[in-house]
Amino acid sequence: MDKQGFFGKWGGAYIPEVLHQTFQELNAEFTKCKNDPAFWQEYVELMSTYSCRPTPLTHAENLSRHFGGAQIYIKREDLNHTGAHKANNVMGQGLLVKRMGKKRVIAETGAGQHGMATATMAAKFGLACTIYMGEEDVRRQRPNVFWMEKMGATVVPVTNGSRTLKDAINEAFRDWVTNVDETHYVFGTVCGPHPFPEMVAWFQSIIGLEVAEQIIRYHGKMPARIFACVGGGSNAMGIFKRFIPESNVELVGVEAGGHGIATGLHAARLSGTDASPGVAQGYKTMFLQDDDGQMQETHSVAAGLDYVGVSPILSYLWEKGRVRFEAATDTEVMAALDLTMKKEGIIPALESSHAFVQAFKEAPQLTPDDAIIINMSGRGDKDIFTIAHAFNDPSWKDFIIKRGLEYSQGK
Amino acid sequence: MQLEQQLRDRLEKRDILLMTHIVLGYPSFDTNREVIRQMVENGVDCIEMQIPFSEPMADGPVIVRANQEAIKNGTKVADCLSFAAEMTASHNIPFLFMTYYNIIFKYGEEAFFEKARGCGIKGFIVPDLPPEEGESFLQLAAEYEIAPILIFAPTSTDERMRVLASKAQGFIYCVARRGVTGVKSVIGEEVLEYLGRCRQATSLPLAVGFGIQDRDDVSALIGKADMAVIGSQTIRLVDEKGAGAVGPFIAGLR
Repeated sequence: MDKQGFFGKWGGAYIPEVLHQTFQELNAEFTKCKNDPAFWQEYVELMSTYSCRPTPLTHAENLSRHFGGAQIYIKREDLNHTGAHKANNVMGQGLLVKRMGKKRVIAETGAGQHGMATATMAAKFGLACTIYMGEEDVRRQRPNVFWMEKMGATVVPVTNGSRTLKDAINEAFRDWVTNVDETHYVFGTVCGPHPFPEMVAWFQSIIGLEVAEQIIRYHGKMPARIFACVGGGSNAMGIFKRFIPESNVELVGVEAGGHGIATGLHAARLSGTDASPGVAQGYKTMFLQDDDGQMQETHSVAAGLDYVGVSPILSYLWEKGRVRFEAATDTEVMAALDLTMKKEGIIPALESSHAFVQAFKEAPQLTPDDAIIINMSGRGDKDIFTIAHAFNDPSWKDFIIKRGLEYSQGK
Repeated sequence: MQLEQQLRDRLEKRDILLMTHIVLGYPSFDTNREVIRQMVENGVDCIEMQIPFSEPMADGPVIVRANQEAIKNGTKVADCLSFAAEMTASHNIPFLFMTYYNIIFKYGEEAFFEKARGCGIKGFIVPDLPPEEGESFLQLAAEYEIAPILIFAPTSTDERMRVLASKAQGFIYCVARRGVTGVKSVIGEEVLEYLGRCRQATSLPLAVGFGIQDRDDVSALIGKADMAVIGSQTIRLVDEKGAGAVGPFIAGLR
């Protein structure tokens, strides 16, 4: 990091004055935690008793054989409590909230996994909880809304703007500036104003720390490449961070190609040429925006990747050439998901499936002596409505129609 | 110094000044033109013109909607700049730009300052640009003689207020309470104590905004601040009753 909170020219803390004091306190507390080995111990202990850390690294033997190239390994973040890597960041910030003595947490959520994890943490730590979620995402991710509400959180559908993740972030900030004294904003990804990018990357780095040990144990050497999907970039930073100094390990971020980059309906910030430097949502990064600086609509089948900005740390690593960025289209994602279920009996989330697409493209270029690792950031069960719809599954449709009929008849 | 002096001259004749807010291109530039005419004719002392942005993080529902509609109507930054030039040429009060930093950043900081000065703009209010991130912005403000108006909040410590005051020009925008624009503020003991702290921290004129909606709010500020800021309320009024309602409303505030 250069100037406080900057990674090269990216990052910073572009925040309204009303939040200045709270950020001073947050920065001070985070610095204390970072320098206290006992805090990290407490965090690891919590993640191994309340979640399932360390999560397994699965050797996907059938997929490896199918592609006939590199050995494919899958880091199973889906086996975390609540089904995604989001729990890592949330439980870490939960420990911070306890130290700061705040009584209420708020969060934005896209796919709903971060909201789920935050609602869980709030229940466990006895905090009031409000989750902001774009109306469009509420519709796409109904099962997660159900669970958040059941755990006692209030879910507020956001009807401003494009009604997706960025709008949920704006709304969460509006809540925060209003209730700043008692409330902590559990930012869900490695974006937003400093110290969030650094803090979230720090909590998520537990993924890569485990992987580095596991791959040596199973494969005897470092992997050739690591693939991770990139929305805001928290699972990617989580698995990449440990490997940044390992210059022989190629790091690949996979963004949402949506209907294809040429159509303009995508969320490819760093893999395409549509994004440009900007400042919004509290930080400076590459945004999908027009010539006036107005943010543009994005599209992805995966709600969690449907975002206009990207981590300032990833913009920095992209600029330095340390991380390569690619995009996967909605259609490619469905095919990779289908193949993974059939070959391995594993159901990746639509977000994570983007990483699988690129890994499958590149596995045949390598030899069986090489290992590649896919970060499976979350499980796909949450996407059952979207996936069943995309597969146009007749028996699922029949079930929904019948259940709908029963409900409409008051049964 | 220019903006501050203009306000001080006006304070010779008034015990409190009025600043109003419009969102450019909402509902249209024609309506903006009429609303501004009525504001000026009824004694408004200063107008902040908001260049719409797609992510207005510090604004409440009324202004958020106005921003979105303005952009949807096709309002461009270039349109806002030429409209501003027209207004400053037509009316003899100071006009400011309020916007979010990305609009300026994307235009190019120096190019934006140069253009704004050419349009006769006297100050900028940029709620998401704290001085820590605004080094070049503050330098250009001095160079182009456009006042950088900084913001005090009730959460600002005395020490923080002094830091902000040392970098601000024109006046200080004191946010009356925690939160976003458009929710009514009660000018009670807590606000008055806070304004006392603001006064201690700076010799610049104090403007008070966020939830100032009627004559009672304005008169409660007399002697405690130099300027009352009416924001969301006139947008609401134009939405409900049309531009013609603005004049009588402004006339009734003091």
